[in-house]
Amino acid sequence: MTDEANNDITNENNGEEKAMETKNNSSLASVSAARAAKVGESRVGTGAIGVGLEARGVHAWFGQKHALANVSMDFWPGTVTALIGPSGCGKSTFLRTLNRMHEFIPGAAMAGEVLLNGDDIYAPGTDVTKIRLKVGMVFQKPNPFPSMTIEENVLAGLKLAQLKVENKNELLEECLTRAGLWNEVKDRLKSHGGALSGGQQQRLCIARSLAVRPQVLLMDEPCSALDPGSTLKIEETIGHLADSVTIIIVTHNMQQAARVSDNTAFFLSDGGPGQMIESGPTNEIFSRPKDERTENYVTGRFG
Amino acid sequence: MGKGRAFFEGSRRLACGAELHPSFTFRSPIARILAANKGEDPQVSSSTLQSKIALPEKREITTTPRLSDRIFRGVVTGGGLSSLVILGLILIFLAYEGYNTLKAQGIHFFTGSKWAATTGANGHVDFKASHFGIAAMLIGTLICATIAVLIGVPIAVSASIFLTFYAPQAVKKLAVTVIDLMAAFPSILFGLWGYFVLDPIGVYWAKLIHKYFNWIPIFQMPAGPYFDRSPLIAGLILAVMIIPIVTSISREIFAQTPLDRIQAAYALGGTKWAMIKNVAFPYARSGVVGGTMLALGRAMGETVAVYTVLNIVYQINWHILLGAGGNVASMILLQFGDASQEEVKALMAAGLVLFAMTLIVNSIANLIVNRSVKGRS
Amino acid sequence: MTTVAPVKNFDDVKPQTPWSASMRDRQMTLGLVIAAVVTSFVIVGITPMKGKLAYFVIFFAALLALDYTYSRLKFGKAAGVDSFFKTLFTVAICITVLPIVSILWSVWQRGHKGLHWTLFTQNMKQADFTGPVGQGGLIHAIIGTLIIIAIAVVISVPIGILTAIYLTEIRGRFSRPIAFLVQAMSGVPSIVAGLFILAAIVYPLTRHFNGFEGSIALAILMIPTVARTSEEVLRLIPEDLREAGLALGGTQWRSVALIVIPAARSGLFTAIILGVARIIGETAPIVLLTGGANVMNINPFSGTMESLPLYIWTGLLAGTPESFTRAWAGILILLALVIILFTGARYLGSKKAAN
Repeated sequence: MTDEANNDITNENNGEEKAMETKNNSSLASVSAARAAKVGESRVGTGAIGVGLEARGVHAWFGQKHALANVSMDFWPGTVTALIGPSGCGKSTFLRTLNRMHEFIPGAAMAGEVLLNGDDIYAPGTDVTKIRLKVGMVFQKPNPFPSMTIEENVLAGLKLAQLKVENKNELLEECLTRAGLWNEVKDRLKSHGGALSGGQQQRLCIARSLAVRPQVLLMDEPCSALDPGSTLKIEETIGHLADSVTIIIVTHNMQQAARVSDNTAFFLSDGGPGQMIESGPTNEIFSRPKDERTENYVTGRFG
Repeated sequence: MGKGRAFFEGSRRLACGAELHPSFTFRSPIARILAANKGEDPQVSSSTLQSKIALPEKREITTTPRLSDRIFRGVVTGGGLSSLVILGLILIFLAYEGYNTLKAQGIHFFTGSKWAATTGANGHVDFKASHFGIAAMLIGTLICATIAVLIGVPIAVSASIFLTFYAPQAVKKLAVTVIDLMAAFPSILFGLWGYFVLDPIGVYWAKLIHKYFNWIPIFQMPAGPYFDRSPLIAGLILAVMIIPIVTSISREIFAQTPLDRIQAAYALGGTKWAMIKNVAFPYARSGVVGGTMLALGRAMGETVAVYTVLNIVYQINWHILLGAGGNVASMILLQFGDASQEEVKALMAAGLVLFAMTLIVNSIANLIVNRSVKGRS
Repeated sequence: MTTVAPVKNFDDVKPQTPWSASMRDRQMTLGLVIAAVVTSFVIVGITPMKGKLAYFVIFFAALLALDYTYSRLKFGKAAGVDSFFKTLFTVAICITVLPIVSILWSVWQRGHKGLHWTLFTQNMKQADFTGPVGQGGLIHAIIGTLIIIAIAVVISVPIGILTAIYLTEIRGRFSRPIAFLVQAMSGVPSIVAGLFILAAIVYPLTRHFNGFEGSIALAILMIPTVARTSEEVLRLIPEDLREAGLALGGTQWRSVALIVIPAARSGLFTAIILGVARIIGETAPIVLLTGGANVMNINPFSGTMESLPLYIWTGLLAGTPESFTRAWAGILILLALVIILFTGARYLGSKKAAN
């Protein structure tokens, strides 16, 4: 009798747990479904032909350590892709192979191809600075240039890459508006970039990346150093930007992934190199993940 | 969180919006008093509310150090203050010895160029009638130091940029070792090398400069031609001497350029030069200026090397290709050989001026370097 | 549809670095350098510019122009400017290293002729600076230098280390002024230090020149180096060590003397060695205070004393080829001492880093 009763109790507990899980999942899934519905079908055809950015069998090493193995993904124009997974499984490393920032680390090595509009960005004879103009990056800690004013910060990309633009003020206003910062700083464009709050600084960095008209924007945990209010603002910004720029965002926050992304990829490392376990539309990853490890992660069993 | 339906029945809300379960009580006396101040803790009686917000007095933490520690502190503090004592003594003694000269010569000490002692009737040096003027040497000090900085600093800063941003590890280690070794070379070595090796080369270059550029006044040759041992050559040897110092300091500063700004510059599509120009230079600017001033101070006070490569002449000379000039330090060394003890007092006055000049330049330089290193964002 | 990545064996995947200079890039760089060399020869041939200087200047100018043009044509203006400055900075490091090489070469080339066994066995009593090089030696100079340096070390090391201890351990209210003053003291010209000792000790007190006075002046120059380097070294000692000593109930002085100083031992030796390297070649104070002698004098308190810098100085001033050779030989020995000291300091420094 006691066993039965115990069983019943255990079952009840399990049932409760499962109910909680489904609640978690379904809350994530419902968020992402709600988003998908809102965005609708408009996301898929932005007029661009073919896959904008593709990774084919990308590996990455730090010296002898094999940090990332065999990641292949497509990033379609006009989509937002989230890379999720526990710390240290290669998400940021993968991100950095997409705009050739990985090579700055001493001892770095890679294998595989990254195709931007069909051309391998690692091909010999490629001008890496041109690649970075097309594939921009926003970092985890906001890093505006402190010696420059807000205006100079936004236009810094032009100065660095020696690009000519007819109407700087127009570009300035456009980028700041798209980053959601125009109204807050339009009266103080000549003041210094360091005087803004963390969230504002990060939006300034986004505006700065937009000024060089990238095709893809990589975001490496852009909100993890910010307060929730700024985070929400930036997620709004991402939503607006996705129409014109392909966005790939690394995030630790699954709710954020559910809120902002169309597709999600789950990375995991079992002590060896990090690998991409599963990828697909966001609401499917969160509601019907195929791989058990993905399911464990999105239901919060670890990570 | 926030307004709306309370979670617990009978709970209380604090001003910050937090909700307190009815059974919650504040524990610490301070918390109780503060809460009572806001009227939030019903358990506190009104009499406590009346008895003010008296926070306890801060206790003064003292200790009586043991005798051995007191002696230790005394000894160490004494040792530490020694630099103050030494600098003070230098100032006092030089001023004391040089006072007569300065008083007797007045402003003439700084404006006249002649250096000749006149012995009075009583057999002592007549400080009033003598001519002790260091104007030529002061100008010479400035000219040589300026040439040294103009030639040496760009080369040194460029070399430090190469070492920080371009050099492969093995090259960097080797170059840093070699350059640091050069910073340890004694100045008499530069004197010898300057006189035997650099001077002939410098004369050759001076002749070339004179040939093509003598429409510029400072490159003209009013007498001679005497190309040997000119301020230009002294400036060159000083440049060679300060390059290791400036390279070391600049390299340390450039190496501290914040990585996040460097990455931001690259991520925006900047080339390495674009990054250096827009991120590294603005960051390192004040530190490099400080390092330059330190080098300037060193160049101003250099004695032996200038003595060997510069022909000391007691006349202000702006023509840097002409072999005539001097700086205060080398003049003191030169005159010391022949000077009587009384004449040496005049040299002390010159030494005082030199000491003051280098002290000021070095102090400003250290202020700049310290400010740039500490106030880094 | 979600896709699940297949599991594979990755042993056959080789790490590559496609961004580093390929063989083709290296060949191109070499080609540009050769083209610049050729250009410089051509231009020197057809224009009136002549001489070694012309070759070098035109080579550098041509290299800069070629690098700029090639990169600009290949990738555009920004790349061209980037290449230009890369070459410029490479040229700068070559110019920086050139004098060092020249100095080391000159010292060897001109000095080794003057090396004889007699250098280390004889003094200059029976020889003249202008006489033939095989006669006479500088043993008295070497001994003199060693004595003078030893006394300077004895004076300056305690003061320097005490200053450093004050700044790092006691951190009293004089810390900022003292740190500032130590930095100011490092800028004192050597001749000013000499004049100071003249005024403070020689003229009023002793009225003659001796080695000890030179030592004091050198100590003044050495203290800032010792203090600064010691301070850096002591700062690197982690706070935990000090706290451990104090937590065991030790007095501060025991904690410093028995824990911190031994931990920093090799760094402090480095500081001393660097200080010695700083003063070993200083000539001006010696000329002013110690004078020179032809014979050995091991009493620093009485009588002038020869030293290496003065020996070199005398050789230089004497003005004949033989005396110059003696001077070069002297500087060769002095430089060898500096290099040994420097290497010792480096070795100690790296040993500490390894710890």
